[in-house]
Amino acid sequence: MKLINHESVVKRMKPRLSKNSISKWIFFALTMFVLLILGVLLYRIFSQGLGYLDLQFLQSLPSRKPENAGVYAALIGTIWLMAVVTPVSLLLGVGTAIYLEEYAKDNAITNFIKVNISNLAGVPSIVFGLLGLTIFVRALALGTSVLAAGLTMSLLVLPVIIVASQEAIRAVPNQLREASFGLGATKWQTIVRIVLPAAIPGILTGGILALSRAIGETAPLVVLGMPLFLAFLPKTLLDSMTVLPLQIYNWTGRPQVEFHALAAAGIIVLLVMLIIMNSIAVLIRNKFQKRY
Amino acid sequence: METTTATAKIINPQEKQIVYKTSDLDLWYGENQALKKINLDIMENEVTAIIGPSGCGKSTYIKTLNRMIELVPGVRTSGEILYRGRNILDKSYQVEELRTKVGMVFQKPNPFPKSIYENVAYGPKIHGIRDKKILDQIVEKSLRGAAIWDEVKDRLNQNAYGLSGGQQQRLCIARCLAIEPDVILMDEPTSALDPISTLKVEELVQELKKEFSIIIVTHNMQQAARISKKTAFFLNGEVIEFSETNKIFSTPKDKRTEDYITGRFG
Repeated sequence: MKLINHESVVKRMKPRLSKNSISKWIFFALTMFVLLILGVLLYRIFSQGLGYLDLQFLQSLPSRKPENAGVYAALIGTIWLMAVVTPVSLLLGVGTAIYLEEYAKDNAITNFIKVNISNLAGVPSIVFGLLGLTIFVRALALGTSVLAAGLTMSLLVLPVIIVASQEAIRAVPNQLREASFGLGATKWQTIVRIVLPAAIPGILTGGILALSRAIGETAPLVVLGMPLFLAFLPKTLLDSMTVLPLQIYNWTGRPQVEFHALAAAGIIVLLVMLIIMNSIAVLIRNKFQKRY
Repeated sequence: METTTATAKIINPQEKQIVYKTSDLDLWYGENQALKKINLDIMENEVTAIIGPSGCGKSTYIKTLNRMIELVPGVRTSGEILYRGRNILDKSYQVEELRTKVGMVFQKPNPFPKSIYENVAYGPKIHGIRDKKILDQIVEKSLRGAAIWDEVKDRLNQNAYGLSGGQQQRLCIARCLAIEPDVILMDEPTSALDPISTLKVEELVQELKKEFSIIIVTHNMQQAARISKKTAFFLNGEVIEFSETNKIFSTPKDKRTEDYITGRFG
């Protein structure tokens, strides 16, 4: 006796197939919705800010007169900030991930630490601002310096870098480690020559995403008390500075409409920086991309 | 000393020495005992096959011979394994030193995501050989030794993942030869390969045994019969029978061995 009636299967086929084709359009519509919002946002910014975006805008210090004001100080400040955050957060983050994945014993304490690092990634950025204020600005007396801001931002993005690096290291097949150990390699040699090269695309993806976040963050720097208006450039790590998001925040808070346009132009500069960084990430990733 | 080790390679069969002497080896994974009172003497310059059904401990045993088993958390051992007279289970025996003398070929081909050249040169490089000329020589000698030189000599700088599965496995054998080991451990080296690649690896093993001692774990009894001089039959973590391969396959002493090789179980 046959348990499946093929005629009724064919009859039921139609609704199944139409569901199948509808689902494709639903997902398409969702994607379009997201793109639409992004488009509106970009349109608003570009239509407002593009007129103000010129060489003079990039080369001028902030000013009380909108026609003289520029993002130079903030742009240079952001570059200084990146110069601190990139090495500090990558060294600490990748180092921690290597320890947790390659060396730490798989026990309750390690798991507790891993869970808590993931939790840290969800802590509001303003809390990291308070931490930075207490430790770097006050206890270590670094003031509102490049270093204090950079270290605070490093702490903020550290959990993301650690988690991404852990994932990347875990994704390296164990058989590669075995092959290396089997030839008499030490653990250190195996990590440096086999595990890290294979994990680099994943580590960089996470790292650049984290650094992009550091570029755009405002709240922790406000808490640190970073100046919103600064008419000079930092010369050392201990000088005060301002950064792009702070400058934008400052301009949007002003009553004059011209400053709002300046803020839009500042946002465009920030977006361009992000695009450049993400492109670099993609390039590096493609260069190192390996199949297993 | 140099001369004696060099001449030790040319010995007549009667003077063959024991390369691995295993005495009363027990091994536990946590609470599970995987190996029970193993006693085996493995001779140099011959092929020793280890057969048995899945889960009988044959892979565990071969991984103990280069202490790869230590990568598994919670492994404990007792008893001793003398390699050339020194107990390798003694913690004072540097595992990196052991593994430069005992190479290993794994079940699945596992080349590094590097070029063919870099794969073979990896071993010598981690042991501190930097001279490009010497490395070139080692790479060519090893690839020739693994019977894959002619297939790859024009594309040494291409990624090893571009090779077929059988070629990858022979590359892994070449990589193993590059550290000029004394013993080669093979853990089911042909189980992931097609019949023709399998045949090539088997022919290679016949060549390699002239220079190396080979211990091979295999699921395939015909393979054991074809290529090995001696065979050990493992069952439930014990050595049931260990003798000349032709004796094991023609006149097994133990009923369980007979049942297994005639295909009644396993």
